[in-house]
Amino acid sequence: MASFQQRDIISIRHFNKDELLYILDLARRMEQMDHADLLKGKVLASLFFEPSTRTRLSFESSMKRLGGTVIGFAESGVSSAAKGESLSDSVRIVEGYCDIIVLRHYLEGSAQLAADVAAIPVINAGDGANQHPTQTFLDLYTIQKTKGTLEGLTIGFLGDLKYGRTVHSLAYALAHFGAEMYFISPPSLRLPGDFMEVLKDRKVKCHENESLMGISKRLDVIYCTRIQKERFADPVEFEKVRGIYRLSKAMLEEVGIKDDLKVLHPLPRVDEMDDSLDATDYAVYFHQARNGVPVRKAILAAVLGAIA
Amino acid sequence: MKHLDVAAIKDGSVIDHIDSKSTLKVADILNIQNEEQVVLVGVNLTSKFLKKKGIIKIEGKIIDQKEANKIALIAPNATVNIIKDYEVVKKFNTVIPEIIEGIVKCFNPNCVSNHNNIKTKQHVVNKNPIRLQCHYCERIMGAKDIVLI
Ligand SMILES: [Zn+2]
Repeated sequence: MASFQQRDIISIRHFNKDELLYILDLARRMEQMDHADLLKGKVLASLFFEPSTRTRLSFESSMKRLGGTVIGFAESGVSSAAKGESLSDSVRIVEGYCDIIVLRHYLEGSAQLAADVAAIPVINAGDGANQHPTQTFLDLYTIQKTKGTLEGLTIGFLGDLKYGRTVHSLAYALAHFGAEMYFISPPSLRLPGDFMEVLKDRKVKCHENESLMGISKRLDVIYCTRIQKERFADPVEFEKVRGIYRLSKAMLEEVGIKDDLKVLHPLPRVDEMDDSLDATDYAVYFHQARNGVPVRKAILAAVLGAIA
Repeated sequence: MKHLDVAAIKDGSVIDHIDSKSTLKVADILNIQNEEQVVLVGVNLTSKFLKKKGIIKIEGKIIDQKEANKIALIAPNATVNIIKDYEVVKKFNTVIPEIIEGIVKCFNPNCVSNHNNIKTKQHVVNKNPIRLQCHYCERIMGAKDIVLI
């Protein structure tokens, strides 16, 4: 396993199985112990060229709970980028003010560009439709915590699998753990073919379905994502599919599920999950959102060399 | 005497067996417009191996393996001959490198490399069929997606 000290966190593809497990183990330690002074004197620069309030607050909370401080901005309109400054220049200047950069940007590959330019570590907090690795770490952490293991699970990915980057990254990570995967979506929002090829190259058992009917009893986890109306050229088509992908307690019990099924969702939801699901033992999505803090604390502490 | 389609050069490099359609692109990649020396370009020549081939002769310039590899993506069959006093003194094939920089445009319009005036970079994940993964946006391109800069 390569050391995490001073390492960039850009893509889930850059981590092997041991490295994934190491961060999850560190996150568990973060939940059990008090680490209020671990990053005292350290400064995190939070550069959000695109709004994402929850990710930003989660990083800020994590840094502050470890005793560090946060500087930054939350939209490019107020930064030099609005005056035409290149991303590379922004990064070169900001790195002089801080110990670590957290970057959110609408262009794919922007985090890698920042990491190539900066001498200090860069954490990708979402680059367009590409990667959002800390989200994947917290998804893995939630599955491991609620299922007791990551090994050999059967996962159903539900909703928008074409544009859903959280799905792509999580599927990629779970391929290390011998997962069997069901990709459940309307035909127009199927998993991209090249990504399916990547999974098949890695010997993952993959299936494609249009609904939960007939397969729901096999699933240990359902990872649900938002289907956005904008993705459909024809609003009538959208109305047709939204019902099929709307999970409720009654619907799940009607199609038949395992008693210990867990439902995850990266949030925010629109109406893919009915409120009736919230109070059940199946629903772990709010718990999942809370896991963002211990996971990000673990990553910050490891990258800044405060813990091993 | 052997018939020559393109005049011989005394000292320099001959890039042979270029797929005819790609010849001018190869010339572009080698940036020969900016060369001071004599450059001869031939297209649609007859070939034993290719239906029609292209050939580029550069007087007074020795092309090395690294430079030759830049053209391997679009001219995988190309061979390079180094000429000294009208004789071939060295001959080698082009090899697709592990990393390609500044040659291929990323096909993803939302990729940072198409917006920030930075040098493109791809990792070769498969050579035959060719598959290139963008260093920045991670998208994978096949032969049909490759557009040269
Ligand atoms: Zn790209």
